[in-house]
Amino acid sequence: MTEQIEGSKAVARAVAACRPRVVCAYPISPQTHIVESLSTLVRTGVLPGCEFVNVESEFAAMSVAIGASATGARAYTATASQGLLFMAEALFNAAGLGLPIVMTVANRALGAPINIWNDHSDAMSQRDSGWIQLYAESNQAATDLHVQAFRLAEEMSLPVMVCMDGFVLTHACEPVEVPTVEQVGGYLPAFVPRQRLDPDAPVTIGAMVGPEAFTEVRYLAHRTHLDALSRIPALGEEFARGFGRPGMSLLAPYQADAETVVVALGSILGTLKDTVDGLCADGVSVGVLGLTAYRPFPGAALCAALRGARRVVVLDRALAPGVGGVVAADVDTALRGTRTPRYDVVAGLGGRPVTRASLDAMLRAAARDALDPVTFLDLDTDLLAGAAGHG
Amino acid sequence: MPVNRVKFYQTGSYAVGNRLLDPRSRAVQSDPARTNAITTGHRACQGCGEALGARYVLDAAMRATGGKLVTVNATGCLEVFSTPFPESSWRVAWLHSLFGNAPAVATGVAAALRAQGREDIRVIGQGGDGGTVDIGFGCLSGMFERDDDVLFVCYDNQAYMNTGVQRSGATPPAARTATTDAVGPAPGNAFGQGKDAPRIAMAHGIPYVATATVADPRDLEYKVERAMSFRGARYLHVLVPCPLGWGSAARDTVRLARLATQCGLFPVYEAERGDVVAATPIRAAVPVTEYLRPQRRFAHLFRPELRTDVIGRIQAIADANIARYGLLEAGHD
Ligand SMILES: Cc1ncc(C[n+]2csc(CCOP(=O)(O)OP(=O)(O)O)c2C)c(N)n1
Ligand code: SF4
Ligand SMILES: [Mg+2]
Repeated sequence: MTEQIEGSKAVARAVAACRPRVVCAYPISPQTHIVESLSTLVRTGVLPGCEFVNVESEFAAMSVAIGASATGARAYTATASQGLLFMAEALFNAAGLGLPIVMTVANRALGAPINIWNDHSDAMSQRDSGWIQLYAESNQAATDLHVQAFRLAEEMSLPVMVCMDGFVLTHACEPVEVPTVEQVGGYLPAFVPRQRLDPDAPVTIGAMVGPEAFTEVRYLAHRTHLDALSRIPALGEEFARGFGRPGMSLLAPYQADAETVVVALGSILGTLKDTVDGLCADGVSVGVLGLTAYRPFPGAALCAALRGARRVVVLDRALAPGVGGVVAADVDTALRGTRTPRYDVVAGLGGRPVTRASLDAMLRAAARDALDPVTFLDLDTDLLAGAAGHG
Repeated sequence: MPVNRVKFYQTGSYAVGNRLLDPRSRAVQSDPARTNAITTGHRACQGCGEALGARYVLDAAMRATGGKLVTVNATGCLEVFSTPFPESSWRVAWLHSLFGNAPAVATGVAAALRAQGREDIRVIGQGGDGGTVDIGFGCLSGMFERDDDVLFVCYDNQAYMNTGVQRSGATPPAARTATTDAVGPAPGNAFGQGKDAPRIAMAHGIPYVATATVADPRDLEYKVERAMSFRGARYLHVLVPCPLGWGSAARDTVRLARLATQCGLFPVYEAERGDVVAATPIRAAVPVTEYLRPQRRFAHLFRPELRTDVIGRIQAIADANIARYGLLEAGHD
């Protein structure tokens, strides 16, 4: 049943339908509505058999999730921005220990300057943490991705981050079909951990590993990620069969056989598609290639999807200072060996709206190869002049 | 009187006296069927107080819980010397995550067990003084404040030993460490710094807080058992001399732990819900010099000249402890 619901509430209900045993959280905008809703669902008994732990920091949130997951409990938390950075050490640890924790990241900029609005700097900063990262385009996708994330995480024994744009998705009310406990039950089996803290069969987890085996441990982590590349679409198809709507895939192409293809992720894809429709009507051949999976990076699939493109534009919602876009660098790696011209566009930082008009102008310029290698969309030159004046 | 005879036998060798006690009161370590929670083959230095303390604590906890125990360990000497992959000295369910998060990880374990209806399984978190009073303090305080069902044990060797003896928030005044050199007008660690972790734990109002040392294993075991009789957050702070970091002889580990309590520098007591309920009395206080002199970290207090001024300040700290906990008062014995 489709209902008009806030993104955060829909996600909270989807998570609850997955029957986590431990939910821990520390508040940070724009994640708050998700964990507030989950707290209510636990308190009111809608989500039974679950411990909701109000922790004292995000570092503790991830650590509680680590302890719970290692004890064989399905564990969930959510954060954003500074909170994600604050748990960084524990993120790498959860991935290294192979604990299938699922976490929502309500994507938000990183300070300084402090800024609560949406971009992808937070999740991108943790791209090498060993977590799988899935990006939601809409609230329906965000809701459904959580169900699939638990399945994927537990199958791969890896933690999964579901990234949804802060405010743009978390606080938006849209029609969403929220999965029910019964539906989820048919898709997500009970959590059977690979290893568990159990007094009856005691194991040592988290031993120190030296040079003689460390490379092999890391290689296996890499291989597990590569295995996930085939499991993501397979689990997405299974989801589609069970739920009657599309499941996750690695890529989300939209008229991607065009001359100019824009690679992007998250909620900006909607605006991009609208822009592309307008451009095509004008005879400008532009398509979109959405990324659902950012880690593992679907390089081969991306390369194949871009084979016919005359040029590729990568729209990044994060900045690697001194480099340019973050995703752009991954796309370059995937396109290695090809001569396809590639443009970086850094857009929508710290919540700056990315308008259809700006995208339209930028893509027309790209189609003429009249775009700088790295473009900051809608850069306010007057503001910069003022800043320079204040030296 | 039988009571007196027990005390007589327990002087010097507690194991001998065991024969006269009912089985339940005997030392855990005297039981050949004990768990051996941390078994041989680990890489601790000779005379390591931490290895000793961990063995007493976990074996006692295993007995108290009927073997239903999960342990979470912070990074530090204990973790490093016990688990060089692919070996492990642990015979208990054991998890190491990070340096600063052991109390929170333990909370997660306890929360999972609760959700699974397995509250019969108990949880111990453990770490060094650095992992407890410094980098893990936020997580520890959070665990206390929520009254999570975890016993956290701090093995206090008064510095960051695993990284080569740097100063921690538990390093005593005047002690030389790699980051508090014994040079200048105020050699070694500064006075007026450091945290009294057990008292801060007490301020949280948690059910049980206790201090202990490896010099009195029966007392340590008793406190673990006692701690396990409570639900909620509990804290045990154990003094564990470190021959490497203290510059002491391996054979002096137990002697130094005893001297630390007998001079008053390390008061041994128990507290419930924020109030001290018992303190181990000192029969005759020994001067702090007897405790300080065998340790090279305090050598600058004796050579090239006797620093009576500095020693006097340390003695004052010991005297204040004796007064605060009534360690010389009659009636405790
Ligand atoms: C976040 C972080 N900072 C620093 C370290 C380095 N480190 C590892 S063990 C250790 C010292 C541990 O000291 P303590 O907790 O007192 O235990 P001990 O080794 O003395 O038993 C330090 C500083 C680390 N592993 N992680
Ligand atoms: S350095 Fe100290 S604490 Fe570490 S193993 Fe050696 S004696 Fe034990
Ligand atoms: Mg230490």
